[in-house]
Amino acid sequence: MKSLILIMISGALINNVVLNQFLGICSFLGVSKQMKASASLGGAVIFVMTIASAVASLLYDFVLKPYGLDFMKTIVFILVIAALVQIVEMFLKKKSPAVYQSLGIYLPLITTNCAVLGIALTNVQNEYNFIESVLAGFGTAVGFTLAIILLAGIRSRIREEDLPRPVRGAPIVLISAALMSIAFMGFSGLAF
Amino acid sequence: MNTILITTIVITVIGIIVGAGLVFTGKKFYVPVDEREAAVRECLPGNNCGACGYAGCDAMAAAIVSGEAPVNGCPVGGAPVAAKIGGIMGTDAATVERKVAFVRCKGTCDACKQQGNYVGINDCRSAALAGISLKDCDYGCMGLGSCASVCPQGAIKMIDGVAVVNPNLCVGCGLCVKACPKGLIELVPESKHVRVQCMNRDKGPIVKKVCSAGCIGCTLCTRQCQFDAIHMDGNLAKVAYESCTQCGKCAEKCPAHIITPPCPVKPQAQPAEATEA
Repeated sequence: MKSLILIMISGALINNVVLNQFLGICSFLGVSKQMKASASLGGAVIFVMTIASAVASLLYDFVLKPYGLDFMKTIVFILVIAALVQIVEMFLKKKSPAVYQSLGIYLPLITTNCAVLGIALTNVQNEYNFIESVLAGFGTAVGFTLAIILLAGIRSRIREEDLPRPVRGAPIVLISAALMSIAFMGFSGLAF
Repeated sequence: MNTILITTIVITVIGIIVGAGLVFTGKKFYVPVDEREAAVRECLPGNNCGACGYAGCDAMAAAIVSGEAPVNGCPVGGAPVAAKIGGIMGTDAATVERKVAFVRCKGTCDACKQQGNYVGINDCRSAALAGISLKDCDYGCMGLGSCASVCPQGAIKMIDGVAVVNPNLCVGCGLCVKACPKGLIELVPESKHVRVQCMNRDKGPIVKKVCSAGCIGCTLCTRQCQFDAIHMDGNLAKVAYESCTQCGKCAEKCPAHIITPPCPVKPQAQPAEATEA
């Protein structure tokens, strides 16, 4: 039980997917302009990453490993995750238009988010079982959401400031993200 | 050899299962969409930029079909896309006139004096929040360029202390209209060149004191107009664009020269250049 909690916290804070592993940077920087969009994207990432981790874990344990196809895991995961998100999107569109509306265009967008694939591969690398994989995926996605919402908040404040001309726009966002990253490195001292 | 065979078989099987799953869910969870919506979606640029104010091209297409958004609502696609969408929606594209932003102030540095030296945040909205109007006229352009900074097309330039819109670059997205704390910018039909370039609602003598290019409410223009297209709104003249015939008599008579004359420099020559840019 303790190790399960540890996996989640480690995914969310200690090994934060964006700020410590530098995965999924494009959506992190691209969508964090607005708080609302960031929260929607975060919700969609939590949703997709949890499901993708679960499916990838099952696929690896019951198909790839028994046949000795370890080397094919990247391609298979891409294939399955992309199709999975498509199916989930269609399902939501029909059964729950409200959720579909709130996730909006972000659901198909994160099909190609490298963080989703990255977590599926990391889970396999760490030899997590099914439950551990799901929790790791969920924790990591929460970490992503946390990071993007924090950056969106910072950016909304930056907009009010009179910045020196050279750092306006993208540079100041990268500098902020770098400082956040340094701050999150502090979690690596978190001991259990 | 064996490995290659197993790999091929396993991946093919996974591919077939996934493909079948997609086809099955596609059929099972098919949501009928308005045919026009799909057609409109095809015409939109599809880069989901959100400049129209909706959450992406899909949302925009839905809004157009439901009549919530205008057919020329996509600032990126501009006139060609609007024409195509107009065709689908059964609205003649010609009837949907392109609108451009227009700054209703002519209070340049010579016309309207500065009120001392402002050293705060370089943004009209911040200055307005602090109750500072920068120039003698409380209604006029503050000249800090909030509108220019929000314009995605770079169509607004600060010239001599007043924002000026380049109608050839303007796509009518209305972001500047929202950005101006003085509410000076309005979207006007592109072909209607006779516009009142002042927003000062004070009485004549007060206006004269603060700005030499202000509407003094003399009503000369309303008396000139044969088409009942220009009216006084308090102390400020206002053109009714629907009935204005662009005769330009009001512009000739205006003692403060704040009504723009019909058809300024070369209206036809430049749009081609704008589409290239």
